[in-house]
Amino acid sequence: MLLIHCPYCDEQRAELEFAYAGEAHIARPDDPAAMSDEDWQYYLFVRANPRGRHHERWRHTHGCGRFFNAVRDTLSDKFEVTYKAGEPRR
Amino acid sequence: MTRFSAFSLFAKALGGHQGWPEQWPDAAPRPAYDAIIVGGGGHGLGAAYYLAKKYGITNVAVIEKGWLGGGNTGRNTTIIRSNYLYDESAHLYDHALKLWDGLSQELNYNTMYSKRGVMMLAHNVHDIQSFKRHIHANRLNGVDNEWLSAEEAKAYCPPLNIAPDARYPVLGAALQRRGGTARHDTVAWGYARAAAALGVDIIQNCAVTGIRRGADGAVEGVETTRGFIASKRIGVSAAGHSSVIMKMAGLDFPLESYPLQALVSEPVKPVFPCVVMSNTVHAYMSQSDKGELVIGAGTDQYVSYSQRGALHIVEHTLAAICEIFPIFRRMRMLRSWGGIVDVTPDRSPILGKTPVKGLYVNCGWGTGGFKATPGAGDLLAYTMAKDEPHPINAPFNLDRFRTGRLIDEAAAAAVAH
Ligand SMILES: Cc1cc2nc3c(=O)[nH]c(=O)nc-3n(C[C@H](O)[C@H](O)[C@H](O)COP(=O)(O)OP(=O)(O)OC[C@H]3O[C@@H](n4cnc5c(N)ncnc54)[C@H](O)[C@@H]3O)c2cc1C
Ligand SMILES: [Zn+2]
Repeated sequence: MLLIHCPYCDEQRAELEFAYAGEAHIARPDDPAAMSDEDWQYYLFVRANPRGRHHERWRHTHGCGRFFNAVRDTLSDKFEVTYKAGEPRR
Repeated sequence: MTRFSAFSLFAKALGGHQGWPEQWPDAAPRPAYDAIIVGGGGHGLGAAYYLAKKYGITNVAVIEKGWLGGGNTGRNTTIIRSNYLYDESAHLYDHALKLWDGLSQELNYNTMYSKRGVMMLAHNVHDIQSFKRHIHANRLNGVDNEWLSAEEAKAYCPPLNIAPDARYPVLGAALQRRGGTARHDTVAWGYARAAAALGVDIIQNCAVTGIRRGADGAVEGVETTRGFIASKRIGVSAAGHSSVIMKMAGLDFPLESYPLQALVSEPVKPVFPCVVMSNTVHAYMSQSDKGELVIGAGTDQYVSYSQRGALHIVEHTLAAICEIFPIFRRMRMLRSWGGIVDVTPDRSPILGKTPVKGLYVNCGWGTGGFKATPGAGDLLAYTMAKDEPHPINAPFNLDRFRTGRLIDEAAAAAVAH
């Protein structure tokens, strides 16, 4: 089980308190209607899925309830850093 | 290649089984091939076999970074069934199911395919409605699937607890009698042996590290840890690592890789006659011929290539197993492990051509591709030989994520199977 640091509570807690929320920093396009199907598929379906550094979102569901971002190595599953939503990509 | 028969087994038994020759040679890479398959799992080895057998393309290499079947082929719970909801899926999985029949004879290698029936438990009203919808849809597609009452389910699988006050009451079940299990390793070994006998090179301990493309964009070959190998036709069948390899060719794929775990108990005498699945509580079980209970757990929630999952996932599954089958409460577990499964947004595979000329892909089978092994191999071979998809795999193209013509088994099954 992962141990995850919530940047809002500033505490390291068990994964059971958290919900994974997919790849981070995927911005919803401002004007979807203006997009080609080609680009829309990238927004909707295509993911980085790297073997290594991964930017991802977590939610402290059973704690403060807030979303935050994290960088985790998908090979070792170790977190490099977690940071608040809205902060620049690390 | 020695042919296996009752007589050859007996003759070798007299010699204490010491006289068996190597079943296929450990090939070193040659400079060029007519076709290369990346990934020596069941799917990739199957594709190489059918390329040689059905399409006469024998100058083929299967390139595997580890050992044969060391990926998900050797890590899965071997459940075989074809009762998927949508027409496209029913045709795809039933194509594979039909090939399982007779596969041992064709390969002269015992894959131990056992049609012991796969029973899916319904625990709530939604399950009942959804399973009955599957049953009707399956029957229209000529795929067997039938509804059992709780009592009938209990008769089919006596260890089942159908007490009305159970934590997960059993309200009925859907049974596919043609479903069952096979021995995972022998599927890889059987295809490898049969493919090698037709001239295919099986190259282990050789990781693909790059895909070389020419000025026109078409593939020219693969960079590997054992040097460059040329080929104008490359089929990628790398399961959990598919998106990593597609990136080597400059392609971004709609895939995410997750850990999926399984575990086995200590071996006991035959007690569990069929395969039982419960999607609702994430428990899957059968008993191997060795006597171990083979149990499948769910996926972890996050993307990972670590090939290990968290303990709480396994605990959750075992808690459910103990409720549904109280007889196993004191059973001890022997081993657990994880594999990495490549999941698509609609939970259906991607099997066909890619935007890169000469590059073909078979991926996205996620938590449920073992059952499809012969079918996926056959269809990847067809697609590579003809440079066009077979009608069965045509709907499973990459383009569906652009057009929106998804084959949405996600809603239908959602979890490991
Ligand atoms: C725990 C678990 C339980 C499962 N249970 C079931 C089940 O009950 N029923 C079912 O139908 N399915 C099940 N599955 C899913 C099933 O195992 C897979 O869908 C299927 O095995 C994929 O087939 P494959 O042969 O292509 O994969 P693999 O056997 O994983 O083959 C892919 C191969 O590619 C190789 N490879 C990767 N990268 C490279 C590289 N760079 N160069 C060279 N080679 C490379 C890997 O080493 C690997 O051997 C389960 C999976 C897991 C993990
Ligand atoms: Zn918090």
